[in-house]
Amino acid sequence: MTTQVPPAVDPVETPSWTGGLRRAAVRALPPEKLLPDKQPSYVASWVYVFGVLTLAAFVVILVSGVVLVWRGPSWWHVSKVGLFFNSIHLWSVELFFFFMVIHLWGKFFMAAWRGRRRATWITGVVSFVVSIGTAFTGYLSQQNFDSQWISTQAKDGLNSVGVGALFNVMNFGQMLLWHVLLLPVCVAVLVGLHLLLVRHRGVVRPIKVRSAVPARLGADGPGPDGSKEA
Amino acid sequence: MLAALVDLNHPGHYLHWGFIQLSVANALVILAMLVVFALAIVIPFRASRRQR
Repeated sequence: MTTQVPPAVDPVETPSWTGGLRRAAVRALPPEKLLPDKQPSYVASWVYVFGVLTLAAFVVILVSGVVLVWRGPSWWHVSKVGLFFNSIHLWSVELFFFFMVIHLWGKFFMAAWRGRRRATWITGVVSFVVSIGTAFTGYLSQQNFDSQWISTQAKDGLNSVGVGALFNVMNFGQMLLWHVLLLPVCVAVLVGLHLLLVRHRGVVRPIKVRSAVPARLGADGPGPDGSKEA
Repeated sequence: MLAALVDLNHPGHYLHWGFIQLSVANALVILAMLVVFALAIVIPFRASRRQR
C-alpha cells in the first residue's frame, strides 16, 4: 500500500490577496537585496555613513523614549536615573538632526533622486518634516519655562494659518500624546519605507566625472538595480 | 565635579544680520555640521573586502 505525499510547495499560484502581496514583495525585495552582504565600491566614503548614523540615533531616541514613557514624568523630572534618560533622549534627538542634515546635504549634492529614486528622496524629505514636528511637540512637553515660551509663541503662528483648533500647542495633553504616539509612529513608518526604497533601488552612485578616470569609482554603468540615471 | 563647559545661567547671545537673527549656539552647531560634512568628503574611507 502506498501513500501519496503532498508537495511541500504548492506550484499553483492561487489567486488570493495574501499570495499576490507575498509574490509582489519577494519580486520587489528578494532576500539578497533586502539584506545585502556586499555594497558597490563607491559606497566606500564617509559621506555614505550619515544615513545609518541617523538611523542609529533614531533607535536610541525610541529606546530612551520608551523608558521615559514606562516610568513617567514624576520619575524623569526628579530621580537621577530619570534625568539621565531624559538627557539621553534630548541629546540623541540633537544627534539625529545633526546627522540627518549632513545626510541631506550629501544626498542633495549627489542628486540622489537619480535612477528612479524619486520616491526614496520624497520619503526622506517627508520624514525630515515630520521629525521636526515630533521634536517640536517634544520641546512642548518639557514642562518648563522653555516649553511655555515655545507654545505661547507658536500658537499665534499656527492660529494665523488656521490649524490652531486642530493642533492646539497650549493643550499639554494633546501635545504629549502626539509626541509619544502619533508622530513617532509616522516617523517610524516613513523611515521604514525610506529604508525599503533604498534597498529596492540601491544606493545612488556618484555623479559621473568626465575628466578623471571614473570607472574605479563605479561612476559608469547602471546602478545596483540596473537602472540608468534619470 | 566639573563645571559646565558653557555657562548657561544667562541669556543667550545672538547674531544679527539684517532680518536674520541666529543664536550663537545654533551658529556653532551649523558650523560643526559644515566641518563634519567637509571632513566626510576629504578623509579617505578604509575599503572593506565586502565591496564589489
